[in-house]
Amino acid sequence: MTVLIGQLFTGVSIGAVLLLIALGLALTFGQMNVINMAHGEFIMAGAYTTYVLQQVITAAGWSLLVALPVAFVVAGAMGVLLEILLIRRLYARPLDTLLVTWGVSLILQQLARDVFGSPNVQTRAPELLTGNIALPGGITVANNRLFILALAGSAVVALTVALRVTPLGRRIRAVVQNRDLAAVSGIATSRVDRTTFFIGSGLAGIAGVALTLLGPIGPTMGTNLIIDAFLVVVVGGIGQLKGTVIVAFALGVLQATGEYLTTLSVAKVMVFVAIVAFLQWRPQGLFTLRTRSLA
Amino acid sequence: MTLFRGRRILAGAMTLVAAAALAACGSKTSDSGIAAGVSADVSGDTVKVGLLNSLSGTMAISEVTVRDSIMLAIEEINAAGGVLGKKIQPIGEDGASDWPTFAEKAEKLIREDRVAAVFGCWTSASRKAVKPVFEKNKALLFYPVQYEGLEQSPYIFYTGATTNQQIVPGLDYLKAQGARSLYLVGSDYVFPRTANKIIKAYAAANGMTVLGEDYAPLGSTEFGTITNKVKSSGADAVFNTLNGDSNVAFFKEYKSAGLTAASMPVVSVSIAEEEVKSIGTQYLEGQLTAWNYYQTTSGAANEKFVAAYKAKYGADKPTSDPMEAAYVSVHLWKAMVEKAGTFDVEKVREASSGITFEAPEGLVTVDGPTQHIAKTARIGKVGADGLITEVWNSGQPITPDPYLKSYPWAGGLS
Repeated sequence: MTVLIGQLFTGVSIGAVLLLIALGLALTFGQMNVINMAHGEFIMAGAYTTYVLQQVITAAGWSLLVALPVAFVVAGAMGVLLEILLIRRLYARPLDTLLVTWGVSLILQQLARDVFGSPNVQTRAPELLTGNIALPGGITVANNRLFILALAGSAVVALTVALRVTPLGRRIRAVVQNRDLAAVSGIATSRVDRTTFFIGSGLAGIAGVALTLLGPIGPTMGTNLIIDAFLVVVVGGIGQLKGTVIVAFALGVLQATGEYLTTLSVAKVMVFVAIVAFLQWRPQGLFTLRTRSLA
Repeated sequence: MTLFRGRRILAGAMTLVAAAALAACGSKTSDSGIAAGVSADVSGDTVKVGLLNSLSGTMAISEVTVRDSIMLAIEEINAAGGVLGKKIQPIGEDGASDWPTFAEKAEKLIREDRVAAVFGCWTSASRKAVKPVFEKNKALLFYPVQYEGLEQSPYIFYTGATTNQQIVPGLDYLKAQGARSLYLVGSDYVFPRTANKIIKAYAAANGMTVLGEDYAPLGSTEFGTITNKVKSSGADAVFNTLNGDSNVAFFKEYKSAGLTAASMPVVSVSIAEEEVKSIGTQYLEGQLTAWNYYQTTSGAANEKFVAAYKAKYGADKPTSDPMEAAYVSVHLWKAMVEKAGTFDVEKVREASSGITFEAPEGLVTVDGPTQHIAKTARIGKVGADGLITEVWNSGQPITPDPYLKSYPWAGGLS
């Protein structure tokens, strides 16, 4: 029983990591219909930002707190730059966007290798986040996982509020639903695109900060995660956050359960089979992408 | 239309021809004759040796340090007058963490540069890739890294530990400490799987139970579930054969789960001083490692080695077991050549048996029949300063036994 609850928590926390990565994609891919293969490198940028900040601010706790907003801005700025220089010119050509951003992702990886060296680097976690909370019945809950869960939760809430309540969110939704009508109604669509891209990429930066608590920081850390995150958005359905949230946690728990019962490799296969079966049964998740694109 | 299609086919054919021609140029070196041994070029007043390490790619972090220690040994030997009166001239090649590249560069070193010996390789995959090249050309490779055993090539000298000098002593230590149950965690490739087969055979014969066995793909960084399984198994100790970055994620998760060196110690066989630095002592303090050498190993030879290494490469650079084994391999080759009185490969091999060297790890002896090295096994504990200090050693050098023939429990393994 103890193990089952521990395992459930592991699944939820894998889901939280997936969710943090997928949230940014839900904006850029889900709302703007841009397949940005360099999203993983924005995660890497966030992680390296944490590393650099820790060289300056030696107190691990403070550097982590400062890293959150700074990584958001750094990754967001990189996203805006990418949007202005390349993606803006390719909005009607999704396949070209995919290739171009993949090229950008390779360039960014090499850049990281040249700047920080190819060996991975480490950050020190604050002492508070390396421990755990012991619950009755011998269940322990790791603090770093709790922190990531809280971070993912706050990001979802903040994003939902921003999209539903603020004037900016209204404009974003207007552009997503009907770009031409939004434009003639006086909305500067290109500026809205840029802002959306800033937020989406910035969220990747925050995911990068969170990942420094779990594993190493290296040039290719983003590529391992990006496929799973795309799957979450595709299965969850395009153009809304609710699906992303539910699917992220569902995949996390499925992965953890599968791994517990079998092995890690088999669990991965199980997750992929489940996704394929799901999309056979309910392809809308995939196909709403087409019907809503640039209507 | 037909004309157009015809042209395209023609263009396609031309491209193919061009590509074939290019490919032929590229593979010229490996096609030039079925080799029957290329003798080393020792006509001048220098003797060339090849250094084959990954200077780029994922293995570079480890292999660069091995290259550095080989260079240090060559410098020392040259300063003392060289080998048989000839200065050593190192020819460096980059294996680029890519196994076919290793084979190609080995061929180049042997056939074009006509080196007297090659020092290098790290992963078992790269060693397996170059092995046929050395055997075909009857050239010598000195391999400096601990490995999974069950191999014995006449043209390779293995100066790292084989399983009975590292893994078996590690298990002996755990048994002596009272560990009765183990959990095995490893990366999913040949070394951990072979090592775990050996561990399971040992456990079965020594009254220990293996409560679980889990593998993660190389580079995997999600260890939540594996840590849960390890924790709930209640094993006395964990035997860790993870390689590379996975160790970082594993030990972070391990600490988060509230597991410590006191509650459930982990014995690792792929974490040396360099890796401790990159994982962080915060996560590793008190955990155990099994090797044959640590930077802290006592003795005048090691003091000299550490001081020389730091003077050449920087005071913050630690020395580790594979680096030491690489450094020793060059000195052993020198001793073999001088005993043989020639650079001839077959004569050097004949002369190798019984060669000794006062190494930083203590006295090492070349075991002629297996071409491995008798080494002292050492269990170490990671300290707060990131260095590893010895808590146990085998007392005397252990004779290498790559096929574990002298261990009755290992009968069904090879």
